[in-house]
Amino acid sequence: MNETIRELLGKVGGLPGPVAELEDDADLYAVGLSSFASVQLMLGLEEAFDIEFPDNLLNRKSFSSIAAIEQTLTHILKSKEAA
Amino acid sequence: MSLAALATDLSMSARAHRVAAVAAEFAETVDRDARFPEEAVNAMKAERLLGIQIPARLGGEDATTLELAEVCAILGQSCAAAAMVFAMHQIKVSSLVEHGEESAWHIDFMRELAARQLLVASATTEGGIGGNLRNSICAIEIDGDTCRLSKDATVISYGTHADAIMITSRAHDKAAPGDQVMTVFRRGQYTLEKTVTWDTLGMRGTCSDGFLFKGEAPAVQIFPKPFAEIAAQSMLANSHLLWSGVWFGIAADAVSRAQAFVRAAARKTPGAQPPGTLRLAEASSLLQMLKSNILCGLKTYQQAKADPDHLSSMAFSIAMNNIKLASSETILTIINQAMIVCGIMGYKNGTPYSLGRHLRDAHSAQLMISNDRILGNTSTMLLIQKPDTSLLG
Repeated sequence: MNETIRELLGKVGGLPGPVAELEDDADLYAVGLSSFASVQLMLGLEEAFDIEFPDNLLNRKSFSSIAAIEQTLTHILKSKEAA
Repeated sequence: MSLAALATDLSMSARAHRVAAVAAEFAETVDRDARFPEEAVNAMKAERLLGIQIPARLGGEDATTLELAEVCAILGQSCAAAAMVFAMHQIKVSSLVEHGEESAWHIDFMRELAARQLLVASATTEGGIGGNLRNSICAIEIDGDTCRLSKDATVISYGTHADAIMITSRAHDKAAPGDQVMTVFRRGQYTLEKTVTWDTLGMRGTCSDGFLFKGEAPAVQIFPKPFAEIAAQSMLANSHLLWSGVWFGIAADAVSRAQAFVRAAARKTPGAQPPGTLRLAEASSLLQMLKSNILCGLKTYQQAKADPDHLSSMAFSIAMNNIKLASSETILTIINQAMIVCGIMGYKNGTPYSLGRHLRDAHSAQLMISNDRILGNTSTMLLIQKPDTSLLG
């Protein structure tokens, strides 16, 4: 999952520096993730994991770091399994 | 209500009406000379309206966004420039109230703002960033306990009249353009060298000149929270809602003038329906829609305030963007209808039905944060966020 996130982030994130150098808990907005790029990242994640982000998770916090995205995805995948 | 009856009424709306009476008296010269609405702002201070949003324990009155929007709408009916100065000041105060409570300096500043009725201006625009306030080129320099900032601020509304300026910059010299902080600089801690003169179609009295800002202050005056959070959680909503309050005021006064025109005509020719009445009815319907739009936005904000995650959600951003788009576009239609009703008497300056100033002031609405930029942001979010289909929310 971490790898897929990083791969997508590299493809659509538009960050000035290399994604490999980012810590999992680095603030993505602080390193230059724009709101447009964050939406592209979300769309990519929806496609890659065959999920839909529920409205209550479409906020800044859910996508603020690689770790936060992993947590958000894990949460969605778990509730998908349970359903 | 007569002014005499209002004189002893200390409610916020009565105080706003007294300020509006002063603002109305000078609205035309403020507009003609593109000068600061000094008399109206002094009246705001005398009525102690500049500090109403500050918490009561710090000397304010805990005014809600709803109450602030009402004051904006009352002032907007007299002098849009004075109303906009009030709105812009309160938008800055909202950031202090929502995000300043973690810092002793900002708490003291709020106390002093309420006590001395200080006027706060904003410097978020910068040459070279193309109007996107979420990006900065300039960076604040922190040197021990001191911070220094130099910014090519292409717009600082009423900059030379303010007691303090809240200004954005990158958080440090290596920060990305979007990694910003906001700092309060007090008068005496900065110099302003005028670079651009505000000579515009409307909103002439906001005196939104451009300046080269150079400031030095204790570093504790930097807000502890990142500006991204401040922008999302207090500035976005307050800007769109309070501006909308001002715009509602402009449109409401235009409809009042159109109604006065139609009534005067109806009285002169009893039994005959004056030609403008149907358009007046249409304008009144649009005005009501505008009012509902703003009230709905105020309610949404009130509910969202309890939950910081919701305040930074896409659903909330889209809702606020939509309020701004609808308000700024509808007022132009309303004022145009009113102009057609009043005919040449509306088109001419100096009649009781003149609407030139209203129309010129109202044209700023779709440009202050360009509607195209807002539509662009919303359209991106709608790639993933489902539209709000609920009636009650």
